[in-house]
Amino acid sequence: MAAPHAMRGYRNGFGDRVLFVAVLLLAAIWIAPIVWVVGLSFKPNDVLMRSTGGIVFPPFTLKNYADILAASSVFHWMLNSAIVAIGQTILTLLIASLAGYGFARTNFPGKRMLFVLVLAALAVPEQAIIVPLHTMFAVVDLHNTYAALIAPRLAFPFGVLLMTQYFRAISPEIEEAALLDSASRFKVFWRIVLPLSIPAQATLGIYTFLHGWNDYFWPLVSATKPEMYTLTVGLAAMQTNFAQTEGIGFLMAQAVFAGLPVMILYLFFQRYIVSAVAGAPAK
Amino acid sequence: MSGAASSGIGRPSWANLLFVLPYMLVLAVLLIAPVGLGMWLSFQDYDMLGGWAGGVGFENFTNLLNDRIFLGTVRNTVIFVVLTTPAFIVIGLFLALSLNDRTRRSSALRSIFFGASVLSVTIVTLVWRLVYLPDRGLLADTLAIVGLHGLDPVVSETYALPAIAVVTVWWIIGLPMTLFLAALQQIPAEIYEAAALDRTSRWRTLLFITLPSIRRTVVMVAVLEIILQFQLFGQALLITGGGPNNRSRPMVQFIYEAGFRDLQLGFAAAASQILFALMLLAALAQMWLGRRQDGAS
Repeated sequence: MAAPHAMRGYRNGFGDRVLFVAVLLLAAIWIAPIVWVVGLSFKPNDVLMRSTGGIVFPPFTLKNYADILAASSVFHWMLNSAIVAIGQTILTLLIASLAGYGFARTNFPGKRMLFVLVLAALAVPEQAIIVPLHTMFAVVDLHNTYAALIAPRLAFPFGVLLMTQYFRAISPEIEEAALLDSASRFKVFWRIVLPLSIPAQATLGIYTFLHGWNDYFWPLVSATKPEMYTLTVGLAAMQTNFAQTEGIGFLMAQAVFAGLPVMILYLFFQRYIVSAVAGAPAK
Repeated sequence: MSGAASSGIGRPSWANLLFVLPYMLVLAVLLIAPVGLGMWLSFQDYDMLGGWAGGVGFENFTNLLNDRIFLGTVRNTVIFVVLTTPAFIVIGLFLALSLNDRTRRSSALRSIFFGASVLSVTIVTLVWRLVYLPDRGLLADTLAIVGLHGLDPVVSETYALPAIAVVTVWWIIGLPMTLFLAALQQIPAEIYEAAALDRTSRWRTLLFITLPSIRRTVVMVAVLEIILQFQLFGQALLITGGGPNNRSRPMVQFIYEAGFRDLQLGFAAAASQILFALMLLAALAQMWLGRRQDGAS
């Protein structure tokens, strides 16, 4: 992904080596908390009570993970998170692709004004609207439902703007030919343009899924019943009795277990995830 | 972006409005309506238990400006932004400059620095609360090696907010790094080749070629981080709970507690307006500074 030219022309090995050692040191600091937590999650709780040293020495145990499986709500929360994140992803891809095509390729009355509205929406942070949004969902009695957990994120304009940009970059000639054959506008979109936008769909899909899966503030205020908790909210609720730290091995196992799904996703789709977070389709 | 209206193909038709209609409806109901409702609420005496007691003009705002806890959260939030934004720029830029090549080594290191960004705030705070444990945490164990004992940043008035800042930088350094990497790759290779022919030193190349070329990105990242870090919430709520003595309580936590614990909706909505305004102001100021520098050179 990176171009090799940035340091071209510099062969002074000493400076390069100092720089490299500095980066390596920083990387060690960066990865240390994760390695430490993963390592200790395999240690018995009573050993951790006394000391957290000796990370590479036995005894080891799987009991902390067995305890998670026994506390079955974690699975239920994971399922809730999956339903919410996948629901948001599918719906966002659908409405953002439609709207992106509409703004990029078609003409209709009031288009410019509506597009300015979408751009302006970009400036509104979630925190500025969370109180009134909560009131609205309370009025229609929708809290503690999947609909309430899914819906608010669909309004975020990022997807529409990304798709608009992407569709605009696709050459219009194929479409013009199809339109001359008097194919309907929707058919052209569905059969010809949409399949061309797979890279942008992948980027937007992963971006939406990650944000939905990791969302914290809205599920925290909307899902108040434990059976509607998402994984982020459930994990946070279990942390509240943190003061009595007899079970830090169990807490560590929880952190590892909860992080596993996205970490696996990260290993396989790293390129797409990095570009999605940076807000551009993968090259 | 403003060319949207001219770039379509075919004649204008009302039917084409159907493409954007689903999203525009969602936008109207779930974003525009709440913005309007929030503005209205901030001028009302509206309590979820006591009900609606009518408009109160600017009373919610004057109460906020006389509320020491709220003013404390404003101060904490600004300090947090001041602590994290330069760190994101300096570390992010350093990583991007060091890891901007195609080697496997750099790619692996980039993965390490980016990796934590995909984790949720709850997992990140869980990991770091364990790291910060006063007697057995990774930090305490490491500091014990150099003879420092008894540091518990989570309950320290001085260190609570910096401790949250460290977690935040650790968590999402991947975004600035990625944005800087993308900008570095836009710099034409010929400039560097010319500099190499002139035997320009590494530092001079950095100062007079690389940094000026990516100045727009630096300003963009600064604005982005200011906007993002003004929204500090989960890390503070889950690591320190806002304590000790409110010294790490951010504005969003104040909004959360006013609105969802004390159920004072009007008051919470007013606090949201102030947060929104501060974020816009900070971003505008930063952009103005960036533009002024552009003009000066």
